[in-house]
Amino acid sequence: MQGVVQQIVSGLATGGVYASLALALVLIYRSMEALNFAQGEMAMFSTFIAWELITVVHLNYYLAFAITIAVSIAGGFLIERIVIRPVEKAPPLTVVLVTLGLFFVINGVAGLIWSYVIKPFPGPPGFPQAPIEFGGVSVGLQDLFLIGMTVVLLVILYAFFQYTKLGLAMRAAALYPDTSRLLGVRTSRMLALGWGLAAGVGAVSGMLIAPIEFLDPNMMQPILLYAFAAAVLGGIENPVGAVVGGFVVGVLLALIGTYVPGARDLRLAFGLVIIVAVLMVRPGGLFGRAHVARV
Amino acid sequence: MALLELTDVQAAYGSVKALHGVSLSVEEGSIVALLGANGAGKTTTLRAISGTVRKVGGNVLYDDQVINLRSPEDVARMGIAHVPEGRGTLAQLTVWENLKMGAYVRRDGAGVKRDFDRVVSYFPWIGQRRDQVAVTLSGGEQQMLAIARALMLRPRMMLLDEPSLGLAPLVVRDIYRIIETINREEKTTILLVEQNARTALSAAHHAYVIEVGRIAVEGAATELASQESIRRSYLGY
Amino acid sequence: MRFAGLSARAWGTAIVLLVIALLAPLFLLDRFNTIQFAYVWALAIALIGLNVLTGYSGQISLGNGAFMAIGAYTTAILYFKLKVPYGLTILPAGLIAGLAGYLFGFPALKLSGLYLALATFALALSASPVIKNFDALTNGHEGIVLPTVTDPFGFGLTNEQWLYYLALVIAVLLFVFARAMLGGATGRALRAVRDSETAAAASGISLSQFKTMAFGVSAFYAGIAGSLYATITAYVSPDSFDLPLSLSLLVGMVLGGLATLAGPVVGAAFVVWLPIFAQQAFHNKPDISYGVILVLLMFLLPQGIVGGVRQLLAWYRRRSSDGEPTAEAADLGPAAPPHAAERGTGGS
Repeated sequence: MQGVVQQIVSGLATGGVYASLALALVLIYRSMEALNFAQGEMAMFSTFIAWELITVVHLNYYLAFAITIAVSIAGGFLIERIVIRPVEKAPPLTVVLVTLGLFFVINGVAGLIWSYVIKPFPGPPGFPQAPIEFGGVSVGLQDLFLIGMTVVLLVILYAFFQYTKLGLAMRAAALYPDTSRLLGVRTSRMLALGWGLAAGVGAVSGMLIAPIEFLDPNMMQPILLYAFAAAVLGGIENPVGAVVGGFVVGVLLALIGTYVPGARDLRLAFGLVIIVAVLMVRPGGLFGRAHVARV
Repeated sequence: MALLELTDVQAAYGSVKALHGVSLSVEEGSIVALLGANGAGKTTTLRAISGTVRKVGGNVLYDDQVINLRSPEDVARMGIAHVPEGRGTLAQLTVWENLKMGAYVRRDGAGVKRDFDRVVSYFPWIGQRRDQVAVTLSGGEQQMLAIARALMLRPRMMLLDEPSLGLAPLVVRDIYRIIETINREEKTTILLVEQNARTALSAAHHAYVIEVGRIAVEGAATELASQESIRRSYLGY
Repeated sequence: MRFAGLSARAWGTAIVLLVIALLAPLFLLDRFNTIQFAYVWALAIALIGLNVLTGYSGQISLGNGAFMAIGAYTTAILYFKLKVPYGLTILPAGLIAGLAGYLFGFPALKLSGLYLALATFALALSASPVIKNFDALTNGHEGIVLPTVTDPFGFGLTNEQWLYYLALVIAVLLFVFARAMLGGATGRALRAVRDSETAAAASGISLSQFKTMAFGVSAFYAGIAGSLYATITAYVSPDSFDLPLSLSLLVGMVLGGLATLAGPVVGAAFVVWLPIFAQQAFHNKPDISYGVILVLLMFLLPQGIVGGVRQLLAWYRRRSSDGEPTAEAADLGPAAPPHAAERGTGGS
């Protein structure tokens, strides 16, 4: 019994990482109805930047964390301006292909700069290694940190979109771009901001998973798959759904990995199964509309 | 002084030309009606002004500036509030959020607050149903919300696309009363487009009739309304 | 005079090029380049299949590398476990991969455009781990070593030349097969089915059958390509069939265009030669160049593959007297820009 709870907590922790990346995917999907296949690579690149700040420049972990997020937001903004804007009005699949191209480029550049040698990445300092006890079950503090960060992220984003003028404008621009322009909203800039925010969120997810999965240019590819599964499961347009989906996927994968013999390496395939199954049965996901007339 | 002047404006949707040379002018502080049948080019004319449709010829002069190449965002920031066809309600947002978006470009917090109050005085129900999701409003309420939102821009000029469309006669009467009040008290210039000529002419000072992308008739609203031949040929009553 | 959808002139050009291709390894190419071209013919087979899928049935796949993997591993496992000579494994490789593709075609029916791209992306990512997992069969991450292949007929060809001709002959056969299947009247009928439900009803072919068949066919071609890949390399490993392979197939298809004659060869040549060029120029994997080219291509084709195909069509039609379009428009997404229809404006 203790083992199961432990696995669940651990699954929630990695699920939080999937949820964060899924949040980024949802952000972009809501802005422009396209899937950003480069989201994981962008997150990976951000994590490498954090690595440089921490191990080469010797900055404090939390300072590096904050700087990386800021740099990532700016980077996402720029990427949208330079690479996505020319195809803003093109069919969604063209945008997908552009993001695939971006995938290649970012992965290649990261490999060029930092090589494919696996590097360790530090977790947040100041957390005692000893797990804490909850009614006979020992839970790692790092896991709680992961879960906590995910929830904090969701709350911050929710507050931003619900209660700030800019957040409102971004929502309006995503849903009703033509009318928003008539109200003076620069919709193109809102889109770039959306990409910036998504990049920032992705950076968080990368920095959270790197201590566990180690840092190398290919590290986010499985995470991206699970994030897609989470977003699809929760409903690709729904941020809360993405987070719930992430936790569910994380827990399922942890349980299957531990208790189904030989399934550990099949987890990626399991992600595929989730995606296909959900899209076939209820394309809107758990929190979306039941039958969506989607492209 | 003409606040808005269109000279031989031509506009196209892709390769399909919709306006073949529209010329009209709107005096500051007046209400001007643009009338015509379905598909004549009324909506396209408004879109040509706000920059929503591609112009292939002619000039749009606003406040003595040529605004041909301005994007809709920029035109809005110059003080032109365009309430589009179908009202453009931000459906999934609340009434209050719609109004806040109306004030998006404004920097004067105190002025915005005053305008919120003014808008509520025009439409008292807005004060009570701030958090209602806009799509659940009735047609008339959505029209009023659209006008209220446009007011939040503190526009110098409002472009209204068929404010009476789909509304019951009593509601139409209320809306037009408010349009006239806005024009009188805020000194807002109004260019409105209507199929319902009679109502429009009762409120407007000046009127144009557009036919197949060109202006066919123009004159003082009272004159157009009183001349039976014009009413029969162009206005359908 | 037309045969299988191509004019006499088009066939003439094709035959001239074929003769050049046949003579090249004997007179023009060194050993290294001969092998590279062997890869080109193999990859062109995969691209023909991808063209069929995207051009004819309008479905996009980011995952055909997985079907190549199935074909490659069929060949490898048949040798590894049963000592089956490679020549006999080619067809089974294609058939097994084709079956897998056909089965995948059923769930694919319910997905379209963006979501199909996502699902096939997931497929591409899953291939490698699944191969590693069933290591009793596949030898896991160590891979399977295959014997070097020699000319069995005693023509006096070097190994490289034999592989070159093997791949070329199979590619030509499969190309003619595709052409015969899809060119001319059959092709027109299929296109009519794709474009109109009533035509489908009238002709007795259902759109679903057509689409799943298309997936099966494209996987069959990918499987044969994979089998040849395995034979040429004399080695398979899970890492050969990772995400970049599937994506480079996509790049090859986009670059080559959906013309069934020149496209696959041009695309394949690009996919094979770019890494070599990148190696010399950037000392790196070809990723960056692929990515940049893909992005630039999309900038040039803002209407997506469809628009690019139409432009290609118009250009091709102007150049040759061939009135018959050789490329088909695929419906890969809404024709209108994504923001053309606003949701819920709460109108009148």
